[in-house]
Amino acid sequence: MSVIETNATVAAESLFRRNMAAFMENRLAFGSAIVVVLFVFMAIFAPWIAPNDPYNTNLFFRLQPPVWMDGGEWAYPLGADALGRCILSRIIYGARVSIFIGAAVILVATTVGILAGLAAGYLRGWVDVVISRLVDILLGFPYLIFAIGLMAMMGPGLGNIILALAYKEWVIPCRVVRGETLVTRELEYVEAARALGASSKHIMLREILPNILSPVIVVATIRMAHVIILEASLSFLGLGVQPPTASWGAMVADGRAFILESWWVSTFPGVAILLLVLAINVASQGLRDAFDPRFTE
Amino acid sequence: MKDPILLDVRGLRTVFDTRAGRVCAVDGVDVIVQRGECLGIVGESGSGKSVTFASVMGLVRPPGRVEAGEIIFDGVNLRQLPPRQMQALRGRDIAMTMQDALTALNPTLTIGEQLAEMLAAHADDLPRSRSDRRRVIRARSVDMLTLVGIPSAGDRLGQYPHEFSGGMRQRIMIAIALASKPRLLIADEPTTALDVTIQAQVLELISNLRAEFGMSVVLITHDLGVVAEHCDRVMVMYAGQVVEEGPTERVISDPRHPYTRGLLASVLRPGLRGQPIRPIRGQVPELIDLLPQCRFMDRCPEADEDCRHLIDMRPVGPGRRARCIRTALPTTEKAKA
Amino acid sequence: MTTDPLLKVTNLTKTYTGSPSMVARLLGRKPVHVRAVSDVSFSVGRGEILGLIGESGCGKSTLGRAILRLHEPSSGRVEFGDADVTALSPPEMKAMRRRMQIIFQDPYASLNPRRTVGDIVGLPLQLHGLENGREDMREKVAMMLDKVGLKAGQIDRYPHQFSGGQRQRIGIARALISNPEFIVCDEPVSALDVSIQAQIIQLLLELKREFQLTYLFISHDISVIGYLSDRVAVMYLGEIVEMGPVESVLATPRHPYTQSLMSAVPEVDGTGKGQRVRLKGDLPSPLDPPSGCKFHTRCPLAIDICRQRKPVTETVGKGHSAACHRLAERLSLLEGAAQ
Repeated sequence: MSVIETNATVAAESLFRRNMAAFMENRLAFGSAIVVVLFVFMAIFAPWIAPNDPYNTNLFFRLQPPVWMDGGEWAYPLGADALGRCILSRIIYGARVSIFIGAAVILVATTVGILAGLAAGYLRGWVDVVISRLVDILLGFPYLIFAIGLMAMMGPGLGNIILALAYKEWVIPCRVVRGETLVTRELEYVEAARALGASSKHIMLREILPNILSPVIVVATIRMAHVIILEASLSFLGLGVQPPTASWGAMVADGRAFILESWWVSTFPGVAILLLVLAINVASQGLRDAFDPRFTE
Repeated sequence: MKDPILLDVRGLRTVFDTRAGRVCAVDGVDVIVQRGECLGIVGESGSGKSVTFASVMGLVRPPGRVEAGEIIFDGVNLRQLPPRQMQALRGRDIAMTMQDALTALNPTLTIGEQLAEMLAAHADDLPRSRSDRRRVIRARSVDMLTLVGIPSAGDRLGQYPHEFSGGMRQRIMIAIALASKPRLLIADEPTTALDVTIQAQVLELISNLRAEFGMSVVLITHDLGVVAEHCDRVMVMYAGQVVEEGPTERVISDPRHPYTRGLLASVLRPGLRGQPIRPIRGQVPELIDLLPQCRFMDRCPEADEDCRHLIDMRPVGPGRRARCIRTALPTTEKAKA
Repeated sequence: MTTDPLLKVTNLTKTYTGSPSMVARLLGRKPVHVRAVSDVSFSVGRGEILGLIGESGCGKSTLGRAILRLHEPSSGRVEFGDADVTALSPPEMKAMRRRMQIIFQDPYASLNPRRTVGDIVGLPLQLHGLENGREDMREKVAMMLDKVGLKAGQIDRYPHQFSGGQRQRIGIARALISNPEFIVCDEPVSALDVSIQAQIIQLLLELKREFQLTYLFISHDISVIGYLSDRVAVMYLGEIVEMGPVESVLATPRHPYTQSLMSAVPEVDGTGKGQRVRLKGDLPSPLDPPSGCKFHTRCPLAIDICRQRKPVTETVGKGHSAACHRLAERLSLLEGAAQ
């Protein structure tokens, strides 16, 4: 309505700042975002935060319970695992693996997805046919099974894990970008740029991309939670990060044998996964509501 | 004899609370609609012409709300009416058609279903038995569509809105609005989205139906030509206020408010070829934190320091009022003398 | 006035092919062809304003875009100065774009919301290497903003901070900054309020004088076209049905469609009342255009021949031509309706 139009001219602030303000007003999402940031800090400053060396085995403290239980002590606040390593310290170091792999996979996948989606959506023709068919085929692949297969083929290693998870992940941003590009390329400002003699590269990267970035960022954060779970799954199966590097998935797996008598070995890394994934999901939904109101209306 | 006034709106004030501040979209608007007349509401975007009638219909949604004023329809104060009764009145006694017929019609229901819904909700003389009911409703739907000029109406009842052209959709929306034989039809920019040849058809249809049903029509438009040809009286709105009202012919032949004059001077005609146009300079003010002064002041060629205070509507002739100190001067001087 | 044609369009046709879906193709359905612009020829003289009028869906915008090769023409020739625009290679076409520009209808959709006014208006300078560094560009943009009635201080603002009329001024500044000779104005005032329309038209006329521009002015509004054009072309379903000097066409319209178009416009002074020609029905679907004369389904004068044969374009006055079978009878629709 005309009133909204009036507001648009009134607001001297940028679109981004207005969206950010809307996001901050959503308390739950903002709180979740703070939790995510805390996890990131924990990962970065792990050596300073962790009470013990996460690799230091001490069979004397084998399966030591957390501090509030009988036999627990402050030296190992969340207890110790079967090799007597500090669980809290391992969780803190494990955050590095989860967050780094999650971020790296999303970064690679989003970059590839944006480029492929822009090319398919703007250039159309055979480029679109090839990319869209590839996307369709990949969507038919069972994600985890193929990731397991790839890991088995390529062998362990950080780079290989990122590849094994990103092989299909790019499909998601690609589809979002392609759809948005198809809509945006028909807008008059894109036509105006063509009328001025702008190249396809200029139009894709300078005119279209900045306008479709919001949904892409939103999707990337939502998918990050998913990738963290996948990485934990791979590690749980022993195909992820190799021991002794601390990884939440592998820690959950390690504790399976003692789940009845020493439940803390599996439970605390599991809670860490749950907490981080939940926080990312809630925060990303808040982002989505603030930056891409189309989804909510 | 019945009261000749069908709708009497007094001191209507509708505000929208936004992040940037309080937008006063409608500020102290009075509207009177007589029985059987066609009232034209003219204004540019942001003038508050649509919000005024959304307020009358009780269709203003948060962050907007009607803050003050009385809306009396046929003796009933609509602002004090419980929501359920208001809903019953909407559509039955007052109907509104929207500018964009494609979004105003439900895309998932056929035209027949939408008409039937309206007829069933607002008619009380329908037969009891279900099959009779359906037969009567169908017959009336066909009548309505034929009335608004849709050929082979019986066959088209089963079609969806997107299967009709823009002009046809506008007619269908008018048919749905008229299904309950309302006493007041509010047509919000009924022809803005249409081509001129189709526009002429739709406006003629509204005029004919008004005569046939004896209803009152409020025609909201930005096109002075449409008002000149179809409305008995006209109200010119600017920045949330009425600035001039009166019989159409008088207002157009002898406009008393500088804004009305500017608007008329902005209408291009082939006959004006080669002559310079004198458009109104500047643009509509933001409706936030308005100073207590004439709202047209910044754009007015005749404004001076005397305009820096709140200005009321003043009588400027039989049945005519304008919100300008200049036009009122002759009358006040006469009073002094 | 038309001594020196700047733009010459010959037999221009634009056909869109809707490719059917996979399922439809398997069912043996053939691709659909829509002729949006059909065999159109005209020329525009240097310094002239040619008004192109028609209702929505008549192909007038497509024609404007086909001339600029924003939509590649299917056949026909577009000559600009002494160049054949339709035959230019991509780099040559890019250079040509500096000389022919377009102003769009929708002031909201035609400006990239994520770029500042300086970037938007400066883009043509960047693309065609017309600036010496960023400072020079900003200076030139500021000068242009001043020309279109905006303030140089607004250069770093975003489009959403402007009103519709101001945004249209930004669009005009962008079109003019590369110093073009020819501008397609595609309904530049249709989305604006009446008082703002007059401002923008005044601005376009002033700029035309100052920069010696040539306009192809597309509009559905016969009042606007009648006010500012030198010559006018009337389009119906992809074809030009009548063309000529504006005084001649508006005073003595010869095609029944032009006549009905003119009498449908509501006039402020009420002169249109009384004698009124109402067309029946809607624009036929361009997917399935009528046979013979495309106007026969709505024409009050249609006879058998109109349904069978396409009328040829005939000269009816000085520089004035129309395509109608019933021109010979010299039967004015208005007289016919009055009887």
